[in-house]
Amino acid sequence: MLITCPYCGPRDVIEFTYQGDGNRERPQPASQNLDAWNAYVYDRLNPAGDHNEIWQHSGGCRAHLRVVRNTITHEILSTAFARGGHKSADNRAEGRS
Amino acid sequence: MAEQHLPERQSPLEPEYHPGSHGNFEHGVDVILSETRPGSILQLAAWPGEEKRLIEIIRKVAGLALPDGAGGGVSSGARAVFGFAPGKFTVVDEAEGLAQAFAGSITPAIGTLTDLSHGRTAIRIAGPKAEWVMAKFFAIDFALPAFPLGAGRSTNHHDVFAQIQRSGADQFDIYVFRSFARSFWKALCHASEEVGYEVQ
Ligand SMILES: [Zn+2]
Repeated sequence: MLITCPYCGPRDVIEFTYQGDGNRERPQPASQNLDAWNAYVYDRLNPAGDHNEIWQHSGGCRAHLRVVRNTITHEILSTAFARGGHKSADNRAEGRS
Repeated sequence: MAEQHLPERQSPLEPEYHPGSHGNFEHGVDVILSETRPGSILQLAAWPGEEKRLIEIIRKVAGLALPDGAGGGVSSGARAVFGFAPGKFTVVDEAEGLAQAFAGSITPAIGTLTDLSHGRTAIRIAGPKAEWVMAKFFAIDFALPAFPLGAGRSTNHHDVFAQIQRSGADQFDIYVFRSFARSFWKALCHASEEVGYEVQ
């Protein structure tokens, strides 16, 4: 499996670290909304198909990335720097690899 | 540049550094391995949006003009620079004291300067089989069109992080953690045996 880092280009998956589901929305640290925290910690879409994920190119440039991966085929549909903000799987627009 | 009075550095490779020809060299030596021992190895990082200002500072202080693009770099005799991550650059000088030269220019508003001169070991591999030996270590494309002259790459070998710059058509400079350098060096020597290597 190859992931195309927006900085480094295509690299073997062994250079990357999975940082979790990219659909989660983290509540403000001071938030006391238990439902929001519960959703952040436990609720997962678990789709059979395109999935938003956060990865880090830990064995390369060390940038954090937004990756859309198909959970059935493992095809990487897009990659982008996480710094740019959040985009959903259905709203992917840039960095198709 | 102010005269430096630093203690002489010991090479971490020393117990395993054996000048001369080794391995399968009866038909010639196809790679030359050496430790370049630069006096200064710096990492410069720009805050988001400050990249152009940092590139301009590198041009002014080190006299190195970075080309556009991810991983771009230039290697010119005593000094070298390359991008290794977004907004981050490794700058190398044969002489000590490059950190002091940059210190006044890289203000906290622009970014950061980290002096790794004692923290990294620089290993050079050169010769017609340099690409071949490198390809045994790192899963990246070492062909000249994919990895142009002066360019840098961040990758790793068995979790030993490495920054690599192409400093010649058949020459690469590898920057590894000093604490892993001897182990990496031994592996590089073993990998070079089949083509015949010379340690200079
Ligand atoms: Zn990368």
